[in-house]
Amino acid sequence: MKFERYGIGIAKGLMVTLKNFLRPPVTLQYPEEKLITSKRIRGNELVWYVGKCTGCATCAKHCPQGNIEVVTHVGPENTYIVEKFEVDTGRCMFCGLCVEACPYEAIFMGRSYERATYRQKELVLSKEQLMLSELRQPSGYARPKIEALLPRQKLLLYWDREDGQKLRWFPWRKRSKN
Amino acid sequence: MTVMEQFRNWLAGAMPDWAAYILAFIVGVVAILIFALVMIIVFVYIERRVVGRFQVRLGPNRCGPEGIFQLIADAIKVFGKEDIVPSKGDFWVHFLAPIVTFVPALMIFAVVPFHRGAVFTDLDVGILYVVAISSISVVGIFMAGWGSNNKYSLIAALRAVAQAVSYELPVVLSVVGVILLTGTLSLNKIVEVQTIPLFLLTPLGFLIFFLGTMAEINRSPFDLLEAESEIVAGYQMEYSGMKWVLFYMGEYGHALAASSIITTLFLSGWKGPLLPPFLWFLIKVLIVFFIFMWARATVPRLRVDQLTAFAWKCLLPMALINLVLIAAEVIWFPEMLPWMMVVVNFAVAGVLILLWSRLFALGGGRVEV
Amino acid sequence: MMLRTEPFVVNIGPQHPSSHGLFRLRVTLDGEVVKDLELVLGYLHRGIEKLAEGRTYTQNITLTDRLDYLAQMTNNWAYVIAVEKLAGIKVPERAEYLRVIIGEMMRLSSHLCFIGFFLNELGAYFTPLFYMFRDREKIIDLFDMVCGQRLNYNYMRVGGVSHDIPEEFVPALKRLLDEMPRLIDEYEQLLSGNEILLARTKKVGILTKEKAINCSASGPVLRASGVKWDIRKVDPYSVYDRFDFEIPVGSVGDVYDRYWVRVQEMRQSVRILKQALEQLPKGETKAEVPFLLRPPVGDAYGRIEGPKGELGFYLVSDNSIAPYRWHVRPPALLNLTALRELAIGWKLADAIVIFGSLDTILGEVDR
Repeated sequence: MKFERYGIGIAKGLMVTLKNFLRPPVTLQYPEEKLITSKRIRGNELVWYVGKCTGCATCAKHCPQGNIEVVTHVGPENTYIVEKFEVDTGRCMFCGLCVEACPYEAIFMGRSYERATYRQKELVLSKEQLMLSELRQPSGYARPKIEALLPRQKLLLYWDREDGQKLRWFPWRKRSKN
Repeated sequence: MTVMEQFRNWLAGAMPDWAAYILAFIVGVVAILIFALVMIIVFVYIERRVVGRFQVRLGPNRCGPEGIFQLIADAIKVFGKEDIVPSKGDFWVHFLAPIVTFVPALMIFAVVPFHRGAVFTDLDVGILYVVAISSISVVGIFMAGWGSNNKYSLIAALRAVAQAVSYELPVVLSVVGVILLTGTLSLNKIVEVQTIPLFLLTPLGFLIFFLGTMAEINRSPFDLLEAESEIVAGYQMEYSGMKWVLFYMGEYGHALAASSIITTLFLSGWKGPLLPPFLWFLIKVLIVFFIFMWARATVPRLRVDQLTAFAWKCLLPMALINLVLIAAEVIWFPEMLPWMMVVVNFAVAGVLILLWSRLFALGGGRVEV
Repeated sequence: MMLRTEPFVVNIGPQHPSSHGLFRLRVTLDGEVVKDLELVLGYLHRGIEKLAEGRTYTQNITLTDRLDYLAQMTNNWAYVIAVEKLAGIKVPERAEYLRVIIGEMMRLSSHLCFIGFFLNELGAYFTPLFYMFRDREKIIDLFDMVCGQRLNYNYMRVGGVSHDIPEEFVPALKRLLDEMPRLIDEYEQLLSGNEILLARTKKVGILTKEKAINCSASGPVLRASGVKWDIRKVDPYSVYDRFDFEIPVGSVGDVYDRYWVRVQEMRQSVRILKQALEQLPKGETKAEVPFLLRPPVGDAYGRIEGPKGELGFYLVSDNSIAPYRWHVRPPALLNLTALRELAIGWKLADAIVIFGSLDTILGEVDR
């Protein structure tokens, strides 16, 4: 291979790298800055509305792995009373098929992604832990009414537009003890 | 009179001569070691942050304000690691290899002038000493590869020997060009003689020396000894704990030493208008190191036969022609004005680079098996 | 006096920074020259083809996400085409256009990954990798906007797509498409003229036309050897016959051509995306399909032009809710069968570069 072009290609490459050196870095300092997630995020949790669930177990039939366990007994006026509603979130792959399948809109995907625990047994969630609360908010996946209420997603890389992260030259972090 | 000699005379007023000699020697050695080791740590930190900025990210910035304690945290972690020695390898060769690689990098600082007259020893054969010492570290790399009883390390060791031997010659020949221009071998006097920086007077020599030194210290694009994607860590693979840290610091120590030598020979050392000379020395060393980092972040690496072809077919003839040219100028036109020499040398350098790009092939092709 | 030399065997083992996944190469070296090469695969085998026989057709879409984990919605698409052929379901137009948009964005993302990792093997110390991640982040954020996930999308369904696009998707995509040619130009300026890259990749690992066709190579590997074969033009599926695009074809078939073909394909993808956004009609996004789909007895083979090559699914059904046999034609494995002839005679560093240029993903090879 002849050593042609006299080194100009390498010089052009060095110019590109220098140009990128002078751009602000694209890093998000995680615990201090967080992006607003997408409206349809299939985060790491499931949220269950106890009022709307009738115990039909359609979600359990749609799950590819069989993670949902529903135990009911017949109550007054021909309804089901749900005794046990357990989801093994350790095996769950958060595909969302159960959420799409529910005919009564009683189960939702969650919005949070920080659900790590110390023991694997703690990931099997029972019905009290799955209910809607302050800390468990539903996301808009397959639920257009909730999607309309959520704030706009903040994209990582369009800092000069209003829905992006502000990229700064020296992201000084506040001194915090953590 | 250098600073060391003044210091020794001052001490000799208070104690017998031999005690003054030994005390001055110890103080000088400690000063240089502190400088070298602190600068190595600073260089590692700078490299990680600056290469991170080339890659549009931040470097380490969590340990301590803006990450300055990162290296100390790394050192503490490494101290706690178990020291693994391969059982079938040669124990003493394996043990001594990091030392043989690291110590020459520190020894080069004995002749580098930091300040007006501040040299540890003003050897009359300074450059010869530097060239001789820098060839020792190759033996260390080969010992590391051999004593590890590992095929990857052996491949790396053989590549190392080929690379080091090939690039010694162009480097030494371009240094001879500098010697002819300044008329002295001592590094202290070379800096004092330079009125304009020497890289303007011998651009071709500067380029050859720069590329050759980049190859001698195994930095990208010539870093096939530790080509991460092929032979994972090359000669360092079987080392863990403190011995590995010696290799790592040895790499940056060599980079520091090479930057210092380039500054001394070609960029006129500590000379500069306003600031104190030691600061100018540091600024120039950092500029040279910035160019090393810039090349590392951008350029892919060469294959081993392309590397040796580059050295023997491209750099060596150019170094010879450069030597002949400078010798001709010094002997036949000793009163040539500096700016005329600059113009002539740049023109010749440009013509040579154009010619070489057209004529020679780089590396072999497929071998019939 | 002749020195006696002996070739020795080096194991580029399962733990290696530059294997794209987990595989093993046993290389017999003589000095630095490769004399023989043996591939040991199977480290990532999960039994997907057997698992699929126990799940319904809709639940199998989640399994196809795990095959080629860098271009996942194209796997979904190939599978869904096969099921629709089997059951005779027609897909509404808006769904077809959405599938094309998502498919071409996936192709952009996968080729960007190729550039990053290929240059990592050449030794450019992660810089193109970080630039690639920065640009790919823009594409993945758009996927996040549509289907809520960044890695295992599970977006296509039998009969259409699962969600319609939100209204902020189209302006964001237009903004990305305006920027993309400038980003591709920046990559080309950094890399395509670089002398060291040219010296390492030109005339290295040449795959001739006849050998490529005999090895059943497909995708950019085949096109770089000079064969003009792209399933989007030869056997058009979905609505590809309504778009105007070209197919880049290489001339020599070396490593540089394989890299160049992929960069040009990225430009053509941007072209297709612009046309698809203009022509996007209104309508439904999913046909009515029963939950427990029971296709009639028979078999079908559905194929698409994925970023790695021709990805095909062969399904056999016996009128029950789960497939009787489910087989994947993995393009990466079939391209990999050419590696031995390509790499013999070159040096060890070249063998790694040739392997990287074939762009394999071990999830697809081992299933």
